[in-house]
Amino acid sequence: MSALTVRRTVTIVNPQGLHARPADLFVRLANQFQSTIEVVKNHEVVDGKSILSILTLAAVEGTQLEICATGDDAEAALGALCALVDQGFSPDEAAPPPRDGMSASTSDWNLSLDERTQ
Amino acid sequence: MQTFQGIAVSPGVAIGEAFVVDSEGFRIPRRFIERDAVQDELKRLEASVEAVAIQLEQYGQAVAVQLGEQYGAIFSAQHQMLRDARLQTEISSLISQRQYSAEYAVSRTLRRYAKVFQNLENQHMAERAHDIFDIEKRLLRELLGGKREDLAHLSSQVIVVAHDLTPSETANLNTNFVRGFAAEIGGPGGHTAIVAEALEIPAVVGAGAFLNEVSGGDMLIVDGDRGRIILHPDDATLASYRQQAEQQRSQAAQLETLRDLPAETLDGQKIAIMANIEFPREVDACLARGANGIGLYRTEFLYLGSGHEPSEDEHYQAYLRVVQAMNGRPVVIRTLDLGADKMGLSPRSENERNPFLGLRSIRLSLKNLAGFRTQLRAILRASVHGDVRVMFPLISTLSELRQAKVVLRDSMEDLDEAGIAYNRDLPIGMMVEVPATALLIDRFAREVDFLSIGTNDLIQYALAVDRSNREVASLYNAGDPSILQLIKQIVNAGDEHRVHTSLCGQMSSNPMFTMVLIGLGLRYLSVPPMAVPEIKNVCRRVSLAQCEAVAERALRLDTAMEVNDYLKQELLAVMAQTAESTR
Repeated sequence: MSALTVRRTVTIVNPQGLHARPADLFVRLANQFQSTIEVVKNHEVVDGKSILSILTLAAVEGTQLEICATGDDAEAALGALCALVDQGFSPDEAAPPPRDGMSASTSDWNLSLDERTQ
Repeated sequence: MQTFQGIAVSPGVAIGEAFVVDSEGFRIPRRFIERDAVQDELKRLEASVEAVAIQLEQYGQAVAVQLGEQYGAIFSAQHQMLRDARLQTEISSLISQRQYSAEYAVSRTLRRYAKVFQNLENQHMAERAHDIFDIEKRLLRELLGGKREDLAHLSSQVIVVAHDLTPSETANLNTNFVRGFAAEIGGPGGHTAIVAEALEIPAVVGAGAFLNEVSGGDMLIVDGDRGRIILHPDDATLASYRQQAEQQRSQAAQLETLRDLPAETLDGQKIAIMANIEFPREVDACLARGANGIGLYRTEFLYLGSGHEPSEDEHYQAYLRVVQAMNGRPVVIRTLDLGADKMGLSPRSENERNPFLGLRSIRLSLKNLAGFRTQLRAILRASVHGDVRVMFPLISTLSELRQAKVVLRDSMEDLDEAGIAYNRDLPIGMMVEVPATALLIDRFAREVDFLSIGTNDLIQYALAVDRSNREVASLYNAGDPSILQLIKQIVNAGDEHRVHTSLCGQMSSNPMFTMVLIGLGLRYLSVPPMAVPEIKNVCRRVSLAQCEAVAERALRLDTAMEVNDYLKQELLAVMAQTAESTR
């Protein structure tokens, strides 16, 4: 097996950073590939297929991350993951941060009740 | 050995094994399994993970339908966390390599992750710890299933250790097996404190985060006199505390001999020592210790223990039991004194930023008139069986007092219509615990039959201190000259209008204050049943003239520290003197 490693540096662009939902999307996508995925922030290397590891990076908006993929489908994996980060995880990720008063477990989900009812 | 400093809320020393309770009442003991049980334990883990995964999927779908896809995604992320391959490997290896039980391995691993998240600087990221705790809870619920050990099913003597105890947990305790309490949060007057006092077991609350250090079965000392929690005590400490506990037992036995003697000063002034109770069963302790009556019957646990608003008959049965047991001695029943938050009755939390200044107590009763009338009718019905008196808490304005009296009159009319007997002259009293009330006390005194000073709240409001906040708790001081001045003013107004004044806060159960309180003119002190003999003992060793001199001097001092030092010194002198003379 050719252990091809490809890497690219990306910047977190969504205002909420790499929080639970984006991390969920990232890990789900990463797990669709055979390749080993690693995410690097300031020399800290974590498993890109582990949501808990990714969350411990606490990557906020503007953070630079290096994504490394190693394996047969490394190129495809890297392309897909970088695209996800570049587009801010989904179009509505660019929405403003939530208002105060939402419950703890929903507070970082980037939609407020107002938006939902609009 | 590790020592944690908290707030002493119920005196005495307890030594025993820790029973750790988390927010859901789970007990997670540090347990090891046999080597040949590892495979079974791994299967249990796997099954619990599968079960929780299904739950999260179902919740996610239901929430997505109700609120929208984005909300459903919350559970999707939790699902992802649960399935995290690294997490699973870590838990499994604790089981297979260290032979931890699945429960303990789950708890250890997830709490470690939660701690990592809590330490993240970014607030939104740090809140992911809630998700971790949520997953832990779900897994434990699956793993422990039916054999979940909870507080209602204790079977050996333990010290209950918790972040906080909910009212329903404390109310449903199997009291035969609890030797002491130690809690991370809470303050004097909180429900843990009240229950500990009622059970007459030592308790320390507000000790800050220490639960992570304790595992079920660890040896623990709760020092309810100094507010200390000592984990894994060394032999010397253990020996000294055992001796102390023994001394306390023999002292208590000695004071028992005072039971049938009156609380009377050396120069013949009678003082009524009444008891504060919460549960009807406490009347036995009151009688055993020679209390002159019930000076404060708190009725909150009728509401908290059952989880619903009590019916008239539930109220009545509880009151009847107390009134009959006290056999003609006075019983002062205080109407509901709770915050709306504790009753699960609305108001939305954002409106209660300051629960102590919010919708509570008489304010709540006056908003929930149906419930208030139910309670008042029950009190009236009980009034034909003994010397019942009703008392309204947290009165802050005259119109509140008048309104409460109108509702009482309406309740009397209800009973008249139904042809049910009650005492038409039921004495009506009020708690004085708001400084505004103390300032206008002569006007209030005209409209009631008795006054009762609730020092816990009075001090908190007068000095603007939350006692359960460790940062400022030291400012909370019953000996503050301002408090003595307020008490004096209240007692004087009562005397002028010929209504008697009692004092039922924690201040009354501290023997250090007994002399100054008598000197300020108080003749009724209401204390926890446990403290009756000790306070009576002080009364019997002092003269009225001596107390008045002490009060006069204390009122002239400038600071709480001066007052406390002075009162301590006076008490010691009295105790030393009488010990001398009885020799």
